[in-house]
Amino acid sequence: MTSDVKPADKSRVKGSTLVEIKGLKIDGYSDDKWHPIIKGLDLTLKRGEVIGLIGESGAGKSTLGLAAMGYTKPGCKITAGSVTFDGIDLVNASQDRLRELWGSRISYVAQSASASFNPAHKLMEQVTESALNHGVMDKAAAEADAKDLFKRLQLPNPDTIGGRYPHQVSGGQLQRAMTAMAMSCRPDLIIFDEPTTALDVTTQVEVLAAMRRIVEEFNTAAIYITHDLAVVAQMAHRIMVLRYGNLVEEAETRAMLKAPTQDYTKSLWAVRKLEKKEEKSDDIALSVSNVDASYSGVVKVLDNVTVRIPRGKTVAVVGESGSGKSTLARAITGLLPPSKGRISFNGKDLPARLQDRDRDTLRRIQMIYQSADTALNPRQTVRDIIGRPLEFYLGLTGAEKDRRIVKLLDAIELNEDFIDRYPGEMSGGQKQRISIARALAAEPEIIICDEVTSALDQIVQEEILKLLMKLQKETKVTYLFITHDIATVRAISDEIVVMYKGKVVQQGLKSDVLNPPYPAYTELLLSSVPQMDPDWLTTLLRKRSGAAA
Amino acid sequence: MTTENVDIRSVRTRRSFMQNAWRALKSAPPSAIFGMTVIAVYVLCAIFAPLIAPYGEAEVVGKAYAPASAQNWFGLDQIGRDVFSRVLYGARNTMGIAFLTVCISFTLGGLLGIYAAVTRGILDQVLSRIVDVFMSIPVLIFALMLLAMRPFDAVENWFGLHGTFSQGVKTILNLIFILAVLDSTRVFRLARNTALSVAVQDFVEAARLRGEGLRWVVLREIVPNILPPLIAEFGLRFSFVFLTIAALSFLGVGIQPPTADWGSMVAESKTLITFGRPQPLIPAAAIALLTVAVNFVVDWFLHKTSGLRDDK
Repeated sequence: MTSDVKPADKSRVKGSTLVEIKGLKIDGYSDDKWHPIIKGLDLTLKRGEVIGLIGESGAGKSTLGLAAMGYTKPGCKITAGSVTFDGIDLVNASQDRLRELWGSRISYVAQSASASFNPAHKLMEQVTESALNHGVMDKAAAEADAKDLFKRLQLPNPDTIGGRYPHQVSGGQLQRAMTAMAMSCRPDLIIFDEPTTALDVTTQVEVLAAMRRIVEEFNTAAIYITHDLAVVAQMAHRIMVLRYGNLVEEAETRAMLKAPTQDYTKSLWAVRKLEKKEEKSDDIALSVSNVDASYSGVVKVLDNVTVRIPRGKTVAVVGESGSGKSTLARAITGLLPPSKGRISFNGKDLPARLQDRDRDTLRRIQMIYQSADTALNPRQTVRDIIGRPLEFYLGLTGAEKDRRIVKLLDAIELNEDFIDRYPGEMSGGQKQRISIARALAAEPEIIICDEVTSALDQIVQEEILKLLMKLQKETKVTYLFITHDIATVRAISDEIVVMYKGKVVQQGLKSDVLNPPYPAYTELLLSSVPQMDPDWLTTLLRKRSGAAA
Repeated sequence: MTTENVDIRSVRTRRSFMQNAWRALKSAPPSAIFGMTVIAVYVLCAIFAPLIAPYGEAEVVGKAYAPASAQNWFGLDQIGRDVFSRVLYGARNTMGIAFLTVCISFTLGGLLGIYAAVTRGILDQVLSRIVDVFMSIPVLIFALMLLAMRPFDAVENWFGLHGTFSQGVKTILNLIFILAVLDSTRVFRLARNTALSVAVQDFVEAARLRGEGLRWVVLREIVPNILPPLIAEFGLRFSFVFLTIAALSFLGVGIQPPTADWGSMVAESKTLITFGRPQPLIPAAAIALLTVAVNFVVDWFLHKTSGLRDDK
């Protein structure tokens, strides 16, 4: 091992340049061609500084983040530019040299901790692995150090949690364990790649706080990659906005939040400003009364749930994962017949089981899924996908059916060329539009939207939400909108149902639910939503610790 | 809005299936082209064997074990039949039987596998355990045992068809039936597993929510998505069955003389190798070449349809 790759025990001078990327260009290989992914970017990161990379998917933020550690994904290559880490040229460094650096001086925290941990080994073995491999510490020291890190990251039972397997801890805990793993060699640089995207807002707060503290304590430089501006505002000193592999804007966090100069950056703010005026209605289209439901009769996933959905309005169901909001949708659609309670539709009881419902009832309740990738059959064209409900429910065939498909495509703002496309030939937003068209084709009264925007980029999300609102105006359709995103709820709902652990905490008009007085859980949920204010996390943590004391 | 008078014919037409197939063929790697050429030649030989072969399948044309000459390219066998002609006829028998066997095993295993995956429950459990039991016994040994039991004789008795088929035909029917059943267990597993991974996708749930019946769900939603691995498996199973038939014939329980078959031809002439004569290698080479060719094609097909990419 050469001296300059040993974990730096030399004093870490805050403010000296750690990473310097100049004129970086990266090409990716797909469809038998090389496409530019990064089109000439510069990045300078000083010791102890946290820089946020933000942009939509395909902006090149992950590719840039990985390039900062001298890594390119398979199918990508660096075509121009330089990456220098503490004076070491990473582009031309040998694999052995890079391997010495990775884990010891540069480490990486991935989006999905559950996919990054090996399920067959205990946490402690995996957290201490890189320190042992790099010969930084012996086993006892590494374990003691890991326990210390667990404590600093506020993991419960820091002395014993290392003995657990990855599946025995929660997602938020696992993400913090992964941060501990990244920290084990006290690296100079950590790359956080969307580390909280898969977490619930209430968990996200804890993880963000833990990460921020530990990065500050060890004076580590970090690159924080995310698509969520409010999150990056809490974490980063400086933000770079990327789009299509180009830099759109770069500024200090506070300056950028106060006055973004570019239109694109401004548009990233826009979705948070979309807001529908709530309307009250007592004409109930569908009501769920005292419903219990469980999988295989053991765990009650829905516990005495009562929800009323007024006709032509949007009811948003919010809650974290495991709150039973998707199960509610399954109970309404008949996929999971409730064990107790009634579901009535237009004043009549709905048969509990899907098989007992007639075709016309099925037609009236349609569903749109979270992931259009799995909700559309990859072997069917748009004509088949949208045409089937037209044929199945309305008996349309031939030219009449085609005409209606084109009309539906027009309603979802796609042109008629899409009729012969396969799902694989469309973007995520376009696919989600096709899903909407498939639901609309049945001319339904209620559409259940299960997290329909959560897999999409912010700007695409906004377009889809606008489209849904436009369609509601035109067709008077009722939405039951399941989501975990409070910004989305604010944007589209008339009424809100808050769920927690299978129970309804609260149902009411948007203005009632989103304004005090709150039930305790609603308050926790609402206060956990990151705000576009760099001091939000600090203030929140102070408030919470004050309340606890 | 302009859509009222939209002309549907203006919608861009897609490339037809044939055009797509042609494009794919043109971009095939050399190994796949080689494989396809070999298979095409074999199939042509099998179909036109009576026209190409200079002599008949069981025709004695000279002295036993005569070496290769201008008239008999590969020489004569142990009773003086032309080896070249018998290799051509052998293509017909070995490949024809293998093809028929694989077709039956795919119909049986594929249908049951998909059905088990879609309905799940008790039927799936029962079928899967039966398949496990079948698969725990080595194919060749199991096949030998079943062949000795001659299950087709029982079928013949049930249906009162006694004496309808000649002994040779009955042997072949036994062979096809036994190998098809044994092979269908592997097809069942593949079909069930791939169908299961498709059946849990949202689009299948969406079809169920729409109220579609089992037929639609299976034929329109699931089958198109599992077809590529099944087709590739068809190629692989074909080579396995074909090798098993050759092996059984070599052991003397497969295709019976005087029907020409590569496995038994190797067996009949195997002693010649000790005299330095290459004759037994000819049918053996025919077997090997076809197996390699099929694997090349399957490999390419799987690679294309599974979207695998070479790591660059």
